[in-house]
Amino acid sequence: MADDVTTESAAPATVAVTIDGTTFDAKPGELVIAAAERAGVYIPRFCWHPRMSSVGMCRMCLVEVDTGRGPALQPSCMIEVADGMVVETASDKARQAQDGVLEFLLVNHPLDCPVCDKGGECPLQDQTVAFGPGESRMVEEKRHFEKPIAISELVALDRERCILCDRCTRFASEVAGDPLITFIGRGNTTQVNTFPDDPFSSYFSGNTVQICPVGALTATPYRFKARPWDLEQVESTCTTCSVGCRIAVQSSSDRVVRHLGVDVDPVNWGWLCDKGRFGFEATNSDDRLTSPLVAGPAGAGLVETSWSVALDRAVEGLTAEGGSVAVIGGARLTNEDAYAWSKLARVALGTDSVDAQLGDGLPAPFVLGLPRATIDEACEADVLVLLAPDLKEELPVLHLRLRDAITNHGLQVIELATTDTSMTSLAAVSLRYRPGDAASAVRTLLDASAESDPSWAQARQLLSGGSVVCVLGRPSLAEAADSVVAAADLLLTELSAVTFLPALRRGNVLGALELGLAPGMLPGRVTLDDGRDWFTRAWGELPAVPGLDTAGILAAAADGRIQGLVLLGSDPLADFPDRELARRAIEGAGFVVAVDCFLNDSSRQADVVLPAATSGEKDGTTTNIEGRISRVQQKVTPPGTARADWIIAVELADRLGIDLGFDSLGAIWAEIERLAPSFSGVTRARLSGPEALAGILPDPIGPPADRPGPLRHHPVPHQVSVPPVDAYALRLVSGRRLYDAGVGVARAPHLAGLAPGAPLLVNPYDLDRLGVADGETVRVTSRTARLDAVAAADVGVPRGVAVMAFNQPGPGAAELIDIADPVTDVLVETR
Amino acid sequence: MTVSDVAPIVSARRDDPAALTIDGYLASGGYEGLRAALARTPAEVLDEVKAAQLLGRGGAGFPAGQKWGFLPPGKTPYYLVVNGDESEPGTCKDRVLLERDPHQLVEGVLICAYAIGAAQAFIYIRGEMPLAHERVLTAVAEAYERGLAGRNIDGTDFSVDVVVHWGAGAYIVGEETALIESLEGRRGMPRLKPPYFPAAIGLYQQPTVVNNVETLSNLPWILRHGAAAFTALGTEKAHGTRLFAISGHVRRPGVYEVEYGTTTFRDVIYDERYAGGLGDGRELKAFIPGGASAPWLFPEHLDLPLDPSVVGPAGSMLGSGAIVVMDDTTDVVKAALRLVRFYAHESCGKCTPCREGTTWLATILSRIVRGGGKADDLELMLDVADNISPPPFPRAGWADRGIEPIAFPYRRTTICDLGPSVVSPLRSAIERFRPEFDAYLALALDPARTGVPVEVNRGR
Amino acid sequence: MARLSAENVELAREIIGRYPRSRSALIPLLHLAQEQDGWVSEEAMVHIAELLDLTPAEVLGTASFYEMFKREPVGRYLLNVCTNISCLLLGGEELLEHCSARLGVPVGGTTPDGLFSLEEVECVAACTEAPAVQVNYRYFPEVTPESADQLLDDLAAGRLDEVVPPHGTLSRVRPPTPTRWAGRGREGLAIPPGGVRP
Repeated sequence: MADDVTTESAAPATVAVTIDGTTFDAKPGELVIAAAERAGVYIPRFCWHPRMSSVGMCRMCLVEVDTGRGPALQPSCMIEVADGMVVETASDKARQAQDGVLEFLLVNHPLDCPVCDKGGECPLQDQTVAFGPGESRMVEEKRHFEKPIAISELVALDRERCILCDRCTRFASEVAGDPLITFIGRGNTTQVNTFPDDPFSSYFSGNTVQICPVGALTATPYRFKARPWDLEQVESTCTTCSVGCRIAVQSSSDRVVRHLGVDVDPVNWGWLCDKGRFGFEATNSDDRLTSPLVAGPAGAGLVETSWSVALDRAVEGLTAEGGSVAVIGGARLTNEDAYAWSKLARVALGTDSVDAQLGDGLPAPFVLGLPRATIDEACEADVLVLLAPDLKEELPVLHLRLRDAITNHGLQVIELATTDTSMTSLAAVSLRYRPGDAASAVRTLLDASAESDPSWAQARQLLSGGSVVCVLGRPSLAEAADSVVAAADLLLTELSAVTFLPALRRGNVLGALELGLAPGMLPGRVTLDDGRDWFTRAWGELPAVPGLDTAGILAAAADGRIQGLVLLGSDPLADFPDRELARRAIEGAGFVVAVDCFLNDSSRQADVVLPAATSGEKDGTTTNIEGRISRVQQKVTPPGTARADWIIAVELADRLGIDLGFDSLGAIWAEIERLAPSFSGVTRARLSGPEALAGILPDPIGPPADRPGPLRHHPVPHQVSVPPVDAYALRLVSGRRLYDAGVGVARAPHLAGLAPGAPLLVNPYDLDRLGVADGETVRVTSRTARLDAVAAADVGVPRGVAVMAFNQPGPGAAELIDIADPVTDVLVETR
Repeated sequence: MTVSDVAPIVSARRDDPAALTIDGYLASGGYEGLRAALARTPAEVLDEVKAAQLLGRGGAGFPAGQKWGFLPPGKTPYYLVVNGDESEPGTCKDRVLLERDPHQLVEGVLICAYAIGAAQAFIYIRGEMPLAHERVLTAVAEAYERGLAGRNIDGTDFSVDVVVHWGAGAYIVGEETALIESLEGRRGMPRLKPPYFPAAIGLYQQPTVVNNVETLSNLPWILRHGAAAFTALGTEKAHGTRLFAISGHVRRPGVYEVEYGTTTFRDVIYDERYAGGLGDGRELKAFIPGGASAPWLFPEHLDLPLDPSVVGPAGSMLGSGAIVVMDDTTDVVKAALRLVRFYAHESCGKCTPCREGTTWLATILSRIVRGGGKADDLELMLDVADNISPPPFPRAGWADRGIEPIAFPYRRTTICDLGPSVVSPLRSAIERFRPEFDAYLALALDPARTGVPVEVNRGR
Repeated sequence: MARLSAENVELAREIIGRYPRSRSALIPLLHLAQEQDGWVSEEAMVHIAELLDLTPAEVLGTASFYEMFKREPVGRYLLNVCTNISCLLLGGEELLEHCSARLGVPVGGTTPDGLFSLEEVECVAACTEAPAVQVNYRYFPEVTPESADQLLDDLAAGRLDEVVPPHGTLSRVRPPTPTRWAGRGREGLAIPPGGVRP
């Protein structure tokens, strides 16, 4: 029949493979080792890793493969399945080969399992116990190396235990792109090591510990902390940034001792950045807030008190006459926390001036109204436009995913940037624009008639066909968000099918925005105006007009127009781009309540401080940059009387005489699912079902017709006016580094020392022109402030631009930036 | 079988210093092969080479024309890489060609590049051969000067760049995929198979032909004289001539070009025109027929012809054309140890069985030689060897004892043949000369001598 | 010791230009460094890494794989005595022991005056001239203990300077590099000939 003919001529969807006597359908192109695993047959292996290329080094996975010419020993990590293939994984010959390899691996492996961190979860130990010989036939002296040696601040290497599987070295070069560890020497004396005095300072170094099949690589923060059989674990989501990497949180004696990456296809593939992996140390810090604090008598500072006293004081202060109430922060919260605070603000505090962003992101209605792309879609796009901060610094695992797509699958990236980033060498084209001119750059890019040099023409050529995804964020905090918005609006206008992956960094910032922690926005991606009727029916009366964003709130507070300011896990003095404004705002606010895990510069000046639980200490859900909802789970008890933010919201409401209408996470989620349109259909049952492992993306079709929304951003192409360039000034670029002065790094002992500081990076040409030597301390003057910084020559920085990282220890870029200015120009002089 | 008197093909100019210059080379018919090639289409040249059935002279003996034919159409650029990393113990014939007739190689390279349409050719020369470098570099420069290399070769529209590349001391780089890794600036570790030939994915992941120096040096002659003249020499399965290096306990060690397939081991070892036999009163104990990786042959195999299609089924290989002769004064235990140490030293470290197994074997055997052997050491070694190269391991038959030959090649648990190669000397020596090992074991009267650490890799 | 000299950087760029991808120049550049200093120093490896846009670790990984690259200083003359099979059969090991005794250094050692380093080597493709010795990779065939003594004397006295350049010098001829026709006709060459970041 015709249908049959068609079916036969198409490429086969599956091939029939017989493994250990059972025939099943494998996917064409699949490796035998992977196909066998799917069929329930585990072939032992050490070097093969499903997320890296096959190297066939360990030879442990040798099996007998017969493709019609008789059985032959083959490494199953190297052979692709073929129709009619017969595989024997446990025949005499296969077993003998595997036993032989195991014996070889043990020939030089020390017998120090009792003192090895890997003991109990060691593939080599497990294999040996299961199949190995009882006694060694090796009587010669084993190979010796000094043990262990630190190859970075975070990773120690015991070369005697190493079985040279190439996993860590392959990860470093292939996945992370940081080939700082390598095989050195040859043959039996080969070792893994770094170049002398050039440590393995990769942001991803901890992954090598996780994938090491023996105890050769150990994590300094975990060494000798626990034995695998003493560990308890839950599956959770990392909220260090907003990529949403799935993790296992492991604890011992009610303390978190380790995070491991969980491999899910759409997000992190098992990888984590080191900040996400080791940042849990901060939650164990002795500096955690364990009880509420209130301002004592004048000059006495903050003193410990009970929750009831603190909550009463908070309510008293927030409801006092003299101005309105505002809430800044919320990206640290779970979705449930955010919903509770969103509702609290509107119905109990009577304010719409709530903002989970700190003037460092993009306008909420804009971000929430963009057509959204997933990470997979970004990786599979025909062209990716990158208009974002340095992803390796801010969203590290997204950088890994894109890096893989570029190096292994030919993803073409057009980078628009003000200075070199980690993506520059990977991009098909990397284009430079002057800070503030993002929109003009996009206009030039899209304008076929514009004259431009070959790289712009090449980019234009790339854009001319196929699907386009744009990774969009704030490339620099010294540059107003408006220029990015204008650039995106142009893309939206000119490229009908473009979709966006927002590069906003903070843990659950997208969840917080989506649940209404943004001025003019209500839960579920609806504006205050669109959702007013729907939510008024459910919640009661809502604020009449949209409130202020963080910049507006701080300006109002500085002018004495804010009576009650709630810092919801935020530190404007450190995180807001304009420190002078933040300083005046904290001083000018009538009454400040801080809800946080640590005291910070801002909350030290608060009137009431309420201790909050953090990741690992509470249940709930979080939302990543894709809008993917995944669970966070509690593994340990919060310190002292610290509690989840939603409970604090309920208690505050209670004292304000308002019943928020829920007393459990389940009840909150039920309300979210019922009321917030974009969450419609994401039931609690789904969230605890199997599909939740990879997180749940809400239905793209949108909510039922009776709900408001969905929000659509309507592009309005507009000009951004930027002051002309002063020939004597340099235009400032300020992005974040992975390790900064934030509490998550500062309170994690093994990360604290990694913040690199903030030299002023300048093109060598400009340094020459200014008569400044590389490494010289210079005076940097902006319209608002003057500070000293060390100037460093950097060829990656274009002429006319100066780069200074944000929020590094000491005075920095935030002193120089005026939030009202579209760009920040600085004069650089010798002192 | 008598010794053939055919004129040499590749070593005709070896004793003519004039051939080192391009003028001298041209005077002796040089570059006529190239011109003959350029007068035809690349496809015709490829057909000619295929018709000549030129077997690779590097060790594996794969037909060169067939190898070229594996290049996938359209996946350009193609590259040509010349394997001049001669380092198989006992082998020194490519060095002769590199040092004494460099233009012949360059001409061969150009012919091959023309036939396959190579974008660039790389002549990878072993690092420890500076004289070869100097001679080949000079030859390439002269060829460029005369318009015989580079752009528009000899006035045609054929262009190819020839780059002379340095090695730096690693036996394993002789394996063609390791050679490519090395040429890419990496550690010379063999690549995984499949793909089995670099023709599919080679240098810079592009289709690549890797040929040995002697193989390519045959091309000028084949193009000048035609495939028919070439196949007229030798036997049905081994055409032309071949260089053999005969070393060890012979009167006149040397590199000799003989007709392929018709000459026998007895001829090249005993004939006065070649190695001239063993020293006075000495008896042949064993000989290695094709480089250190080949299982050993013994006096009863002397009349085997130098034909891979005969030697393979007989249990060994002609490999790299290196015949090492051991007379009755040879301490085969020490000889085996030296070769086992060689493979331990040269293992790249990639595959576990080779990396750990070769060194383990070297350590045990070293201990035995130092008088620390234990009763079960020989069985242990053979068992360890089986885990590198699963049985049955190829070996020569012993007609007098009714032991049947096991045909080449060996099986392996490793990526390349370096690992299994360690088994050749070990198994050959133990199986044939077990009493000599037992004598060493008997030395071990003092049990305290066992387990002494033995330094294996000296000089590093 | 040192980074590459300005002259050698020039040469390095020329060498890099010969290859479609710059990393292929790694081994030649390591030879260049060794020719300059007699060995390959960490500073040289760092410099080569910069020239090739690699990490120093990648350079070290490759350098340490190959026997010829000495990452510690060696004598002006590196004496390689072959003891592999053909040489072994004709007295290679005894010759090695003789040289060791004569020089007063163990195998792998360097004489205090920095003149000689002694190594046992694997087959150097001089099997028909056994036992063979290489000095800075220049061949000396059929060496006996007596001729070894003479060789060492001649080297020490500078009588072989014409034949044996100092350790590290590979090829003494450096013919002008052929003009590249390339780029201009290499269809499909995905990656342009290796560039160096200024």
